Amino acid sequence: MNNYFVKRFLYLIPTLIGASILIFFLYSLIPGNFIDTDPNLTAERKAELYALYGFDQPTIIRYFIWMGNLFQGDLGYSLQFQRPVTEVLNNYIWSSFIVAFASLFLTWGIAMVIGVISATKQYSFFDSFITILVFGAMAIPSFFLGLIAIKFFAVDLGWFPAGGMTTSGADYTGWAYVKDIAEHMVLPVIVLTMLGIGGLTRYFRTNMLEVVKQDFVRTARAKGLKEKVVIYKHALRNALLPAITLFAFELPALFSGAIITEQIFNWPGIGAIYMQAFSVRDYPLLMGFTMFIAVLTVISNLIADILYGVADPRVRVK
Amino acid sequence: MSYSNNEVIQTDHITKTVQRSSLWKEVMKRFFKRKMAIAGLIILLLVFLFSFIGPFFSPYMTAGTNPQEIHQAPSLSHWLGTDHLGRDVLTRLMLAGRISLTVGIGAMLLAVTIGGILGILAGYYGGLIDQIVMRIADILMTLPGLPLLFIMAAIMSEWQVPAEQRLYIVMIMLSLVNWPSLARLIRSQVLSLREREFMVATEVLGLRDKRKVLNHLLPNVVPLLIVTATLSVGGAILSESVLSFFGLGVVPPTASWGNMINTANTLIDFTNRPWLWIPPGVAIFVTVIAVNLLGDGLRDSIDPNMKGR
Repeated sequence: MNNYFVKRFLYLIPTLIGASILIFFLYSLIPGNFIDTDPNLTAERKAELYALYGFDQPTIIRYFIWMGNLFQGDLGYSLQFQRPVTEVLNNYIWSSFIVAFASLFLTWGIAMVIGVISATKQYSFFDSFITILVFGAMAIPSFFLGLIAIKFFAVDLGWFPAGGMTTSGADYTGWAYVKDIAEHMVLPVIVLTMLGIGGLTRYFRTNMLEVVKQDFVRTARAKGLKEKVVIYKHALRNALLPAITLFAFELPALFSGAIITEQIFNWPGIGAIYMQAFSVRDYPLLMGFTMFIAVLTVISNLIADILYGVADPRVRVK
Repeated sequence: MSYSNNEVIQTDHITKTVQRSSLWKEVMKRFFKRKMAIAGLIILLLVFLFSFIGPFFSPYMTAGTNPQEIHQAPSLSHWLGTDHLGRDVLTRLMLAGRISLTVGIGAMLLAVTIGGILGILAGYYGGLIDQIVMRIADILMTLPGLPLLFIMAAIMSEWQVPAEQRLYIVMIMLSLVNWPSLARLIRSQVLSLREREFMVATEVLGLRDKRKVLNHLLPNVVPLLIVTATLSVGGAILSESVLSFFGLGVVPPTASWGNMINTANTLIDFTNRPWLWIPPGVAIFVTVIAVNLLGDGLRDSIDPNMKGR
């Protein structure tokens, strides 16, 4: 079994190297450069800056320089912010994190409750109603949902602020500051929750339906246990097990920022920064961020695999 | 030798036709019992009619821009109002539907072709082909999807493709991002089929690889292919709308549902002229729901065991 994980771990290395190659060369194929976006620069100054940032080197050499720095934890220097990429990431990731965390919490909580109720009352009115809602939630484009939310809840009804993270001009401190951010968070969190909840509810419902059919549930019922105990103690626990792996897959989303939602709500998270960096061609930041996500994805896949083995010992035998 | 070969082909042929018709009849029977799936199919047909036939009933089909009638609110002559160039929004919505549906279906066909072929090859031959294909798929799947699409859009914008042909670029982009998961799914299906008796039988019969794959393996992968293909149309339509919304997909003057919502980026259009951007959003929503209902119904009726996965 240990052998399996060692193998699985070693496996990450070629995948990550492949990803780094793809990331670097794809970004270097993009036309345009940060330095060229400034029309006031003279040709000599441009050449100087090219040399300063190493853009005059051949792509292959630049790749190895980038990779070398990557191994030392150095993601390069953001052209737009004039600060190390790691510092920029660190500055903006946390505002993405709080939104992602809140919506992850809500998504899982609500999906679990609805999914289980829906499964225990299969084909009831509630179940059909939820099924329709789930289909709706899975069919709405994220940016459109965001726009609708802003239009109705921020512009027409004025319940929540339309965008940003804090009220501009207001200098809140302490609890007022926290409350201000929380108010700004409401709409993005609702939108992200609605986007994620469809698939997950469906997942819990199917899982639960499968578990309820199994022999041990029938045994529990035959023992004369109360239906509540059967469902919530015996069945739910087993339905939750495979969800652990799914949870691991969600980890990168906590830090990757929601590019579309952050853009729509003007939320100063890493996703919005990515879009901004893209428009000015701040390659070190773009590459650093994409590589960071790739590493997170690979690690969370590994965690999912390990957790799966822990949750279901039958898998380990293979 | 040649005689026995013939007989094999014949029996093979007979069993195949008998099985196939009964399987698909069963599928149809199960499918027509599902109200939601039927609803999906009907809505989808209506959306198709709306987009492809609808414009012919519109008096504004060839009207183009009209400076006298800009920014009109919905009225009897313009059911969904007009945009900043005086174009009828309803007509544009229909024409945009053509583009969005074409992109969705085209991207799906491309992705299913690439993913299907690579998945079957990887699963059937194993070894080096499998290693290469699946490693590439693994690597592509570690990269975040949206940035990958943005990168490709930026690279391909360099090609100076004329606006009316941008939809083909979008199809290629979407299929390049979507094939790995399809290939993985098909491969695992092929891996399990390969061990089944009927495939072992083709081995015993000494059939050529081409026939084993095309006549025996492929028909068994087709149900899964149809279901995943249907469901991926919805995803492709959504992705196209995101790209076009950010100006990286289909670009004006060619209308797509995504780039029509783009007008919401102007504050005054966003707050005061909702008829410009809400209808295309609703169109995407309705179409994708219909596609998903249809795909879901197909999955349940093709293989009741796959239900809800």
